[in-house]
Amino acid sequence: MGTITDPKGLTRRQLLSRSTAAGASFVVGAGFLAAPNAAWAMETTVLKPETFATLVQMARDIYPHDKVGDEFYVMAVKGYDTADAAPGIEAGIAALDAAAQGHGFGGYLDTGWERDRVDILRGMENSAFFQQIRGGLVTGLYNQKAVWPIFGYEGSSFEFGGYIDRGFDDINWL
Amino acid sequence: MTAPFDLTDDSVVVVIGTGAGGGVLANELAQKGVSVVALEAGGRHLPEDFVNDEWASFGQLAWVDPRTTSGDWRVAKDFSGLPAWIVKSVGGTTQHWAGASLRFQDHEWKAATTYGNVQGASLLDWPIDAAEMAPWYSKAEDKLGVTRTGDRPGLPGNNNYKVFEKGAKALGYEQVHTGRMAINSDDNRDRAMCQQTGFCFQGCKWGAKWSAGYVDIPEGEATGNLEVRSQSHVARILHNDAGKVTGVEYFDSDGNLQMQKARVVCVAGNSFESPRMLLNSASSMFPDGLANSSGQVGRNYMRHMTGSVYATFDKPVKMWRGTTMAGIIQDESRHDPSRGFVGGYELETLALGLPFMAAFLDPGAWGREFTSALDAYENMAGMWIVGEDMPQETNRVTLNHDVTDQYGLPVVNVHFDDHPNDIAMRNHAYQQGQAVYDAVGATRTFPTPPYPSTHNLGTNRMSANARDGVVNKWGQTHDIENLFISDGSQFTTGAAENPTLTIVALAIRQADHLASELSKGNL
Repeated sequence: MGTITDPKGLTRRQLLSRSTAAGASFVVGAGFLAAPNAAWAMETTVLKPETFATLVQMARDIYPHDKVGDEFYVMAVKGYDTADAAPGIEAGIAALDAAAQGHGFGGYLDTGWERDRVDILRGMENSAFFQQIRGGLVTGLYNQKAVWPIFGYEGSSFEFGGYIDRGFDDINWL
Repeated sequence: MTAPFDLTDDSVVVVIGTGAGGGVLANELAQKGVSVVALEAGGRHLPEDFVNDEWASFGQLAWVDPRTTSGDWRVAKDFSGLPAWIVKSVGGTTQHWAGASLRFQDHEWKAATTYGNVQGASLLDWPIDAAEMAPWYSKAEDKLGVTRTGDRPGLPGNNNYKVFEKGAKALGYEQVHTGRMAINSDDNRDRAMCQQTGFCFQGCKWGAKWSAGYVDIPEGEATGNLEVRSQSHVARILHNDAGKVTGVEYFDSDGNLQMQKARVVCVAGNSFESPRMLLNSASSMFPDGLANSSGQVGRNYMRHMTGSVYATFDKPVKMWRGTTMAGIIQDESRHDPSRGFVGGYELETLALGLPFMAAFLDPGAWGREFTSALDAYENMAGMWIVGEDMPQETNRVTLNHDVTDQYGLPVVNVHFDDHPNDIAMRNHAYQQGQAVYDAVGATRTFPTPPYPSTHNLGTNRMSANARDGVVNKWGQTHDIENLFISDGSQFTTGAAENPTLTIVALAIRQADHLASELSKGNL
């Protein structure tokens, strides 16, 4: 992939460097996002790529789990990349960037520390946009079966005969 | 005549709802040779249909028709459109319940006498008492196969119980065990033995837990005296000029309005739908709704004082493994006003899977205080608090004419304000629950707010005097002799115990009375 210029005139390299500064790990191009380690990749169809990258960062800042990879946060919010949802998301992320500018940053992804982004989010946590994203994440993130093993949760057990012979009372430290 | 019955057959008893009240009543009547048509809003879901998946199961079983909320209870803020977590299915909420089966304590039948004047509370003694109910409780325990009653052994303790028990004993609690549960603890019964699968709330795939849906309903149908019409949503109950009910209008599974004639109608749709049906049946003769001359229909809504305590430890617990609620501390269920409140509460083990923990641990919370708790999910233990809440006239179910359901019927608004006694009891229970886990070395504890209500009580309460309630000691409405209430909405007060066993005992007793009255030609 060559250097791709995003709508604001930033080069892909600049975008990548900006994202990295914010702790995100996206390679962002025109309509295309990927993790540098190739753990995931997706093309946005309606949302601007930088909007989506900011949304993923916002998702992680709302429910930060350092042991949960970006691909799960991407999965949790990719449903907003539709013609119906996108205008509200673009407006919400624009408001988020404006709030970041009010805190002295160039945009939400230009912040350095999580605490700066949390401060920005606290200031808009009662907004419909924030609540839409937070509420959607409760199921969008935590109801992904692939995310459960990261938390040790074992999911369905009936097909394994329950736990009667598989450690329902195996606690050994009491 | 045997099932199926004709719409014009006015000899049948129509039972509305097939849960702990209606499902048991329908079966018990059928066993006694009474012809019964049971109308159930939900569909049929048998053990093979259940899924070990919290949200998928919720989508399969939960009653999610629109409702609205008001009042200062936190549920109105966190889950404004979902005041209750109850089930729309043949078998009702007995598909979802945890199985805890406790008798009321003797004094709880006489709450007004025992607790005295509690400001703002509309306490009333039940018109029945412990001696009256004892034989019916025994029948209910046998029907449900309740552990630690009869010759039935207790369930083994799972990991979550072991943490809970050790903390309880460290605090000096003495009434600590794996509960009296309607879950088979051995292989010598007609239902399977508990396989410690977890997912009790999602419907027991082994059928080890009692549910009216796959126990009582098939038993009743086998007699030829019971016809269950599922996906049949009742719109209103009809009456004649003499003020007796004559039939029930309902939307069938195709959405067509039907009318089933009836000799007797028994309403068992839970504490929201039962008063809703009575209120939606208002007529020129009964402008305030059926059986509502007292103005008490929909009032005194109770939901139990609830909450949860979760705790994290430095080592794994894996609380989700095994029976969801087989563990109880009963020491705090006594009435002891020196604690700063009347009535008492039970502490019962409870586990949620990761998806529901994320939704219910601290609804609306975000950021690392919240997510670090979930990071320790594997090391988490949990308990539920269930205590007696105060009936209040202003806690009530009313029709919300601004919102209609898929049939165009006004939905209910559920208004609830916590009583100061509820708040004092909850705070005490949070402290005790946290102390239980601190005694085992908890690294953090979480006083978790109430979930949408599963124990929905009152709203058609039982009273000796017609001016104080909606039904008499048989569940028969004071106003209309062939209209009965057969669910938890009859409860005069809530007591500290999980209500299902009492609902079942009342239904068995009501069936006995109804069959007797029918055979005497009194109805």
